[in-house]
Amino acid sequence: MSGITLVSNRGFTLEGQTGQDAPLNIRGMTVSYGQMPAVYSIDLKVKSGSIFGILGPNGAGKSTLLKAAMGILPVVSGQISFFGKPLKEARHQVAYVPQRTSVDWDFPATVYDVVIMGLYPSLGLLRRISKSDKAKVAESLSKVGMQDFSDRQIGQLSGGQQQRVFLARSLVQQADVFLLDEPFAGVDAATESAIMLVLQNLQAEQKTIVVVHHDLSTVTTYFDHLFLINRQSIAYGPVGEVFTKENLTKAYGGKLGSTQLGTIGL
Amino acid sequence: MLWSALSLSLGYNATLVTLGSSLLGAAAGMAGTFLYLSNKALISDAISHATLPGLGLAFLMARGFGWDERQLAILLTGSAASAALGLYFVTLLTQKTRLTQDTAIGCVLSVFFAFGVVLLTIIQTVPGGRKAGLESFLLGSTAGMLYSDALLILILSLFTTLLLLVFLRPIKLITFDASYGETLGFSSRRVEILVLFVALAVTVLGMKIVGLILIVALLIIPAVSARFWSEKVDVIFLISAGFGMISGYIGSTISAISPSLPTGPIIVLCSFGVFLTSFIFAPQRGILAVALNHHRFQKTVHLTQGLLLVAQGQSIYEPKTHRLLRRLGYVRADGVATEVGNSMAAKTLLNERRWSHWNKLVRDSDQFDDQTVFSLMDIEKKLTQDQINMIDQGLVQKQQGQV
Ligand SMILES: Nc1ncnc2c1ncn2[C@@H]1O[C@H](COP(=O)(O)OP(=O)(O)O)[C@@H](O)[C@H]1O
Ligand SMILES: [Mg+2]
Repeated sequence: MSGITLVSNRGFTLEGQTGQDAPLNIRGMTVSYGQMPAVYSIDLKVKSGSIFGILGPNGAGKSTLLKAAMGILPVVSGQISFFGKPLKEARHQVAYVPQRTSVDWDFPATVYDVVIMGLYPSLGLLRRISKSDKAKVAESLSKVGMQDFSDRQIGQLSGGQQQRVFLARSLVQQADVFLLDEPFAGVDAATESAIMLVLQNLQAEQKTIVVVHHDLSTVTTYFDHLFLINRQSIAYGPVGEVFTKENLTKAYGGKLGSTQLGTIGL
Repeated sequence: MLWSALSLSLGYNATLVTLGSSLLGAAAGMAGTFLYLSNKALISDAISHATLPGLGLAFLMARGFGWDERQLAILLTGSAASAALGLYFVTLLTQKTRLTQDTAIGCVLSVFFAFGVVLLTIIQTVPGGRKAGLESFLLGSTAGMLYSDALLILILSLFTTLLLLVFLRPIKLITFDASYGETLGFSSRRVEILVLFVALAVTVLGMKIVGLILIVALLIIPAVSARFWSEKVDVIFLISAGFGMISGYIGSTISAISPSLPTGPIIVLCSFGVFLTSFIFAPQRGILAVALNHHRFQKTVHLTQGLLLVAQGQSIYEPKTHRLLRRLGYVRADGVATEVGNSMAAKTLLNERRWSHWNKLVRDSDQFDDQTVFSLMDIEKKLTQDQINMIDQGLVQKQQGQV
């Protein structure tokens, strides 16, 4: 399973990069809650410097895929590497942005408190928070347009603001690859474009961005590469090749009406 | 008497007991903060009830080996071991079966407690067992507490407090967002075990002073009370420690003055007093503040709506609004606006126009803050003079456009 081309068990070809140092490389990954696999035998190689979309219907295993890649969930089988190294050695290069709804926003914390959590690995247990640490937090907050909200209680944020805070928390990590789970779910239009701008700026800095996504209408404008999943790999490659009616029907099955396909121009 | 007790001059032993109770209270308040914030308050009840069989077995074993069966360290070690076993069963039942955590806690708690009660009954029937004083572990008693016991509690409370302080960052992180914490390299399992370990230590240490039935109160009530006073977890953590400390201090002092009063219930009642005070008087979250804020808000709504009607020359039908405007001298009894009323109305209308223009400007831009886009607030206090000038220019242009 090495070299330029990978052949997955489903029989289609994965145009990989040469070398094994892709920002994220998943081989034969199966993750399961109990007996039924939530994702099955996934092969995935994320191209360096891309904005990479992971697309599939509800319950397709997109969040599971990200969580397993990040070591939050155990895998039944498969290998995961970041830049050719196991996660343990590449942790400082990888930032994860969980689904906004995965935490209790009534937790007593301010925006600042949440964002500085991204610096905990470098702060360790007891190191004092320095001026430059605070500056990093302020810089990340201003990148997402939240500089005036530093002292705001997180329970008082709107959905879009919560998402920006999560993004800011990942930005302070100064990672090389970012994995975001549904960053556009339930956010306002202003936030969606602000987040997309941040991601594009990251791409301009040679960073790699992996985004779990659900809105078909924005796929072609947001992503350059795409991975279609419905528990198993459906298709993989440049957006232009993957985002086709056949593939979408394969991934979404009956859930996708012809009107929906019509509105996205397929 | 009271003063000498409060000022810790009631003798070396009593002083040590009071210090021990205070530090235990602080440790319980700290550990409880994280149990409460991660919705695990009930687990401390499982821990405390699961100590009982260990207590009885430790007593019997010590006697069998011919040790001093009333040595606190021996009894607490036994209690800790059986509480740990109880915790393990709760975790096992929750993970391996479809039982929810509260159900698992209910099962483990009752079975362990039943077993413990049977053991204690047996101990009472063996010769000399009646004097064991194990009942005092149920409701706590500082009467006749040994110097070495108090010292043990003091030192271990200090240790658990330090442990929590050292690991504060990972604990906060995992309590708020365990998955994310994992991706940063912090083990959520280890942090959970740490918090449970501290809760277990506090429970076991508290058995002698507060008693195992009421220790859950000492873990949870200070944290819940502290939540009323702050929105920052660090601050809540410290306030909760302070509340626990005060309760332990006052409770053990009262109990030192009149040794017939049970220490545990007194400490818990003190902490309930702290809770009640917080519940009523805390700024922002206390019920008084909430009621006051609601009243103020309602008044603002009525005032704004009423003045807008005045500005548009319409009648005010809502009696409450009418009464309010009359009381403020903005309208006369017949409903006609006074001079002050008219100028206030003009002001309100301008505020409303400025806000609605601002809303249009920001709706599609990135300058958003859904806290301030209501005309109930004075725009001059929310926006800068430059922004208001810009809005006013826009309003002027709009008017010229309409003409
Ligand atoms: N904690 C869990 N326990 C059991 N099943 C789960 C759990 N989380 C997700 N699943 C199941 O795994 C499947 C994939 O879930 P998920 O990865 O969240 O999908 P997606 O993010 O694509 O909507 C779903 O069928 C879901 O019901
Ligand atoms: Mg999901």
